[in-house]
Amino acid sequence: MQNKQLKWTFYVVVLLLLLAGSILFALTVGEIRFSLNELVDIFSRKEGIEYTILSRIRLPRIMLGVAVGGALSLAGVLLQGIYRNPLVEPYTLGISGGASLMVAISIVFGVNMSLGGYVLPAAGFLGSVITIFIVYFLSMGRYSININKMLLIGVMVSFVASSAMMFLMSTTTNENLQSIVFWVMGSLAETDVVLINTVFYVAMAGLTVSYLFANSLNAMRLGVSGAGHLGINTGLTIRILFIVASLMTGVSVAVAGVIGFVGLVIPHLTRMVVGSDFRILLITSFLGGGIFVVLCDVLARLIIAPNELPIGVITGMIGGLVFIGVLARK
Amino acid sequence: MLKIKDLISGYPGSFMLDRINVAISKGAFAGIIGPNGSGKTTLFKTITGDLKLKSGKILLDEKDTSLMSSRERAKKMAIVTQTIDAADVPVDDYVLMGRLPYKKPFQLLDKKEDIEIAKKYMQLTGVDKYKHKLMNRLSGGEQQMAAIARALAQEPELLLLDEPTSHLDISHQVQILNLLQQLNEELGLTILMIIHDLNLAGEYCNNLVMLNKGRVHISGSPDEVLNYKDIEEVYKTVVITQKNPLSGKPAIFLVSGKTLGNV
Repeated sequence: MQNKQLKWTFYVVVLLLLLAGSILFALTVGEIRFSLNELVDIFSRKEGIEYTILSRIRLPRIMLGVAVGGALSLAGVLLQGIYRNPLVEPYTLGISGGASLMVAISIVFGVNMSLGGYVLPAAGFLGSVITIFIVYFLSMGRYSININKMLLIGVMVSFVASSAMMFLMSTTTNENLQSIVFWVMGSLAETDVVLINTVFYVAMAGLTVSYLFANSLNAMRLGVSGAGHLGINTGLTIRILFIVASLMTGVSVAVAGVIGFVGLVIPHLTRMVVGSDFRILLITSFLGGGIFVVLCDVLARLIIAPNELPIGVITGMIGGLVFIGVLARK
Repeated sequence: MLKIKDLISGYPGSFMLDRINVAISKGAFAGIIGPNGSGKTTLFKTITGDLKLKSGKILLDEKDTSLMSSRERAKKMAIVTQTIDAADVPVDDYVLMGRLPYKKPFQLLDKKEDIEIAKKYMQLTGVDKYKHKLMNRLSGGEQQMAAIARALAQEPELLLLDEPTSHLDISHQVQILNLLQQLNEELGLTILMIIHDLNLAGEYCNNLVMLNKGRVHISGSPDEVLNYKDIEEVYKTVVITQKNPLSGKPAIFLVSGKTLGNV
């Protein structure tokens, strides 16, 4: 058991080092490249155009990547844990569908133009919250929760939302269509400090609350009634963690759009390495998700530079291919 | 130890237990028997708290279980279900989960004494031989043993088991029941199990409850319960009852239709 703690510490230290490495790497690459020495130099002088680029554009973008990656991946772990279904991911429950639909509505009806940069994130967040409410109240009985029903309702809400969105897309102007598509594919090119901080704090709060339920999640590996026999309040666990995962997803989607696959692939890869104990799985998935999204964003910026690819394309392709590769090798 | 008073529970419109009264005294090795559909599993689920009771009371050490927290209940009563649903958890972690009811709500690290207790019961049940294997890679008998080790790690006063020997060959059946008997006699653990096999029920239990159509048909010592009249009435099957020549416990023989025709 001493052994186990040593191993866990090792995993966390390695991932923290990798995260620090990815952040430094992401700072150096881009339209203007910097060496590590230059970085140190610029950050100690704290002035000049390079400092502005790094501190106002690159660093916020990287921090957003860490927060969104961590939040989505953690949300995936939590949902897979409470549903005991390895194929569930944050978007399965219709949260991204709801968010996208609201964003599409506000683009199509031009609410956008009059109110400035917070409109789309606000619309996205509103959309996710509405979805969360619908799924939650339709599936929570007064005394019990039917987990499968909850999952099905989420999937159905997701379908309805995406159909409604396609309806909007097929009837609107080309210009609006492009904005919608661009938003849906996801991007970390947000520079507003308030929005970025919001995602970051929500992700941190989510991680903290998840740890309060680590024992319950571990017990729920034995099934809902198995966990109940060990004195775990499974209803409370499912409710709270569902809300935590949904809020993290909603905030991420609202600010960065739909960045797919992080919440499915990273939890799986992490579980393969560290095992199924949630006490280590929560933090390692969070860090792994952050690293993955930061590195994918670097690729999104580099591949067709000076233009950018939507990050959702990169996460989907790389995540999917790596995942298939790993599964095939097993 | 466990008293069930005028219990009514079940699935309205389809199956209901009807005013069940059962008393299991401390130190008993009790078995619930009865044909398929007689209400054994419904009764089990009501005792474990998975099924809400409609009326009546279940008392554990004179305390109403509906007033106990699930945590408090998990310290007094450990449950081994028929199918063990344990996914990719290593056996030692699984057994250690038996200590969860004793953990402080937000205690993340395992205490040394909890680890020692888990180790003790892994050795006692023999699962320490494969403690690093994942639960879902074990055979049915090994899973059943691990589940018993986990239940023992809860250090309960009452152990509830739902058909611990179904799907197992005779060597594993006897191995598990011998272990239960040893726990019952040496640790004074009270045991209540659902069991299909009447011969095993007669051989191991010292107290039997026979259910039929949601009611208690007869209860008492194996000698009282396992008589051919009651068995034939409840199971609608012709049996011959005799004594096991070595243990002196009741033994039941089935007879084929062809043989019966020749009599």
